[in-house]
Amino acid sequence: MEAVFAILVGLFFAAGIYLMLSRHIIRILLGVVLFGNAVNLLIFTNGRIIREVPPIIAEGLDVPAGAVVNPLPQALILTAIVISFCFFCFLLVLAYRAYQEIGTDDTDSMRVAEPVDDGLPPMGY
Amino acid sequence: MQTLIFRTAAPYLTGLMLMFSVFVLLRGHNEPGGGFTGGLIAASAFAIHGIAFGVPAVRRALYFHPMAISGFGLFAAAAAGLPSLLFGVPFLTGLWMSPAFFGMSIDLSTVIVFDIGVYLVVVGSFTSIALALEDREHD
Amino acid sequence: MAVQGEIVDKAAAMVAGPIASVDWLVIAPVVLPIIGGAVLLLIRHSIRWHAVLALVVLVVMVGANGLLLQRVLATGPVSMTMGSWLPPFGISFTADVLGAAFSLTASLVAFVCCAYSLRDIDATGRRYGFYPFLMLMMAGVSGAFLTGDMFNLYVWFEVFLISSFGLLILGSDKAQIDGATKYAILNLVGTTLFLIATGYLYGTFGTLNMADLATRAGQIGTAAPLMTLATLYLLAFGMKAAAFPLNFWLPASYHTPPVITGALFGGLLTKVGIYALLRTLVMIFAAERLVLAGLIGWVAVATMLIGALGALAQSDIRRIAGFLVISGVGIMLAGIALGSNGGLSGAIFYALHSMLALSALYLLGGLMRQRGGSFSLHSLSGLYGASPFLAALAFIISLAVAGLPPGSGLWPKVMLVRASLDSGAWQIAAAILVSGFLATVALGRVLILAFWREAPGDKASSDKTAAAGPMSAPGCSALVVLVAAMLAMGVLPEPFIRLSTAAASGLLDASAYIQAVFPAGSGS
Repeated sequence: MEAVFAILVGLFFAAGIYLMLSRHIIRILLGVVLFGNAVNLLIFTNGRIIREVPPIIAEGLDVPAGAVVNPLPQALILTAIVISFCFFCFLLVLAYRAYQEIGTDDTDSMRVAEPVDDGLPPMGY
Repeated sequence: MQTLIFRTAAPYLTGLMLMFSVFVLLRGHNEPGGGFTGGLIAASAFAIHGIAFGVPAVRRALYFHPMAISGFGLFAAAAAGLPSLLFGVPFLTGLWMSPAFFGMSIDLSTVIVFDIGVYLVVVGSFTSIALALEDREHD
Repeated sequence: MAVQGEIVDKAAAMVAGPIASVDWLVIAPVVLPIIGGAVLLLIRHSIRWHAVLALVVLVVMVGANGLLLQRVLATGPVSMTMGSWLPPFGISFTADVLGAAFSLTASLVAFVCCAYSLRDIDATGRRYGFYPFLMLMMAGVSGAFLTGDMFNLYVWFEVFLISSFGLLILGSDKAQIDGATKYAILNLVGTTLFLIATGYLYGTFGTLNMADLATRAGQIGTAAPLMTLATLYLLAFGMKAAAFPLNFWLPASYHTPPVITGALFGGLLTKVGIYALLRTLVMIFAAERLVLAGLIGWVAVATMLIGALGALAQSDIRRIAGFLVISGVGIMLAGIALGSNGGLSGAIFYALHSMLALSALYLLGGLMRQRGGSFSLHSLSGLYGASPFLAALAFIISLAVAGLPPGSGLWPKVMLVRASLDSGAWQIAAAILVSGFLATVALGRVLILAFWREAPGDKASSDKTAAAGPMSAPGCSALVVLVAAMLAMGVLPEPFIRLSTAAASGLLDASAYIQAVFPAGSGS
């Protein structure tokens, strides 16, 4: 089962990186989303995939009664999902603002912070 | 989204979702659920209210600014770790007390304070994101 | 797997007895700014109190960090695991000399920047939330320096990154949004790489506690893909630290926000990347670092030279400072490439110096803008006549950043050059000297053009006097504090050399660190 997931993670990564190589912000953002989901799947697979019960300890016990899945990767994924969701919201709004202000979503023509004709500093008095 | 059906149903939906979010928050203590899930449900309730009646109505209904709610949640979550200082145990250790109300013992703990803090952080921040995005649509 | 009904000994997983209350010093530099930031969010409309409250929290932070460093120096690393769990089950916060020294310097820089901001951040900036963002960024930075858990380190990275976005777009002019877009996307990719590496790390080791990882990395054998992990971490943290060729987000963004934000970013954020590299590559993946040493060495050489050459080609003071940040990152990477005690302590000393010096350079740019009306070398002139005091400060800061006596940059460079010659890495020694020379030229040109060049006649200066005015008193006193600290480091280097040597020894021999987390002496 891990092998199937490994291939899936690879496909996600490939698609994400391909999109991130684009010049257009919106495609980069879509690539970032795929990239983030690939990582979440990767951590999930790293926790080993087994068909067991959720890791909830029954009443009156101190340890689970039988084999349970490893809860830690899921906690890590939850944290990562929250963070990447916040990031994505921020980036979406930022990209929209950038499109409104600068009038383009082509990274090659976003040269407001680093103007093309910046010139050298004065060489003497 | 100014349809009559939606506008009639939205207040009930919002109220039910808010109640359900508190249920999920408290249930999370021993079973699946918790502050994060509950907070998301509450934030979507406010988002639905915003879609039906507009963003100003939500801001009026909330009374506090969403970021202030978030700030209070962050404060509550961090403060939930501080009683540990008095008891000489590490930060964020769960401390329990069971006061009896009307002959019924209720388990209270710093853990639930932390969870309520998480709930408020999520409600505040996701509501403010949702409201900001909804505001933008009507520009 | 315990069978139902069996009696379980909880003492194997939980702390039994009470802990000393001084252990709380480990968590104080993180909890204080979180609570401060939360309170600031609550009183977001009473902007008069924002700066006062932020200053008070930062003073207490500096105090707590000072006590923590003193305790770590006296009794060795301090550790506390959250929620009474025993490591590696709970999340540990562990302070050794390296973490405590970095955290102390960072809080000092933040305090000075906060003092500078009293006049620099207007009511709009305060209402927008400059001070809450500053508090949360400091929580992230201190958390990254003090945490003892790999995933927790990722979380603190994200905390200071998200707060830094807020600071970066404060004011929202076109250039800021342009710079922030590139900064945000590339840093997001960097932290995602960090997360990938951490996912693999957990899959390989089954633990995320740094002390546990340091114990097991030597025992796990050659079958584990440790080389892949070390390379991924080098890539992720190298991106965060702005190492060549992953540095292009830095000069695109650091000059766009208000100088105060540039000072905080240039002083603190790249050092968190360097700290994480030291922690992972030197303490955990020591054997893999040895294999990567050649690569890191050439990356360091390229970073130093590209940064210094970039600084030569700029005419905006803030962009010169941005490229000098990159050049400094190369010098610290050189120490990691060498890996000897001398090299590492040189890199650690340089990091402490660079937090102060680069912040001072940005703040100096801010004061020059206040006095001369511009950031550009094309229009700045005659500042020596206008303010000899500022000229003196600028001279000392330039000496410190370029690594000349009596500034603080000299001694770490001496240590690094000696360490690289000792290990036969002549290219690193040459790059340190050449980049120092180029930085001297770049900063000397700032001094000559902005300070010594006579102010032009009435015609040209009439348009810029409109923007020029007196310098702010809090700004000047903030800069004086930084310059005094840099002079102290440069004139009396012995205590700082001892401190960085102790920090480097703690990294190279992690037994005291492991001992602090696992007092019993064994990994889980």
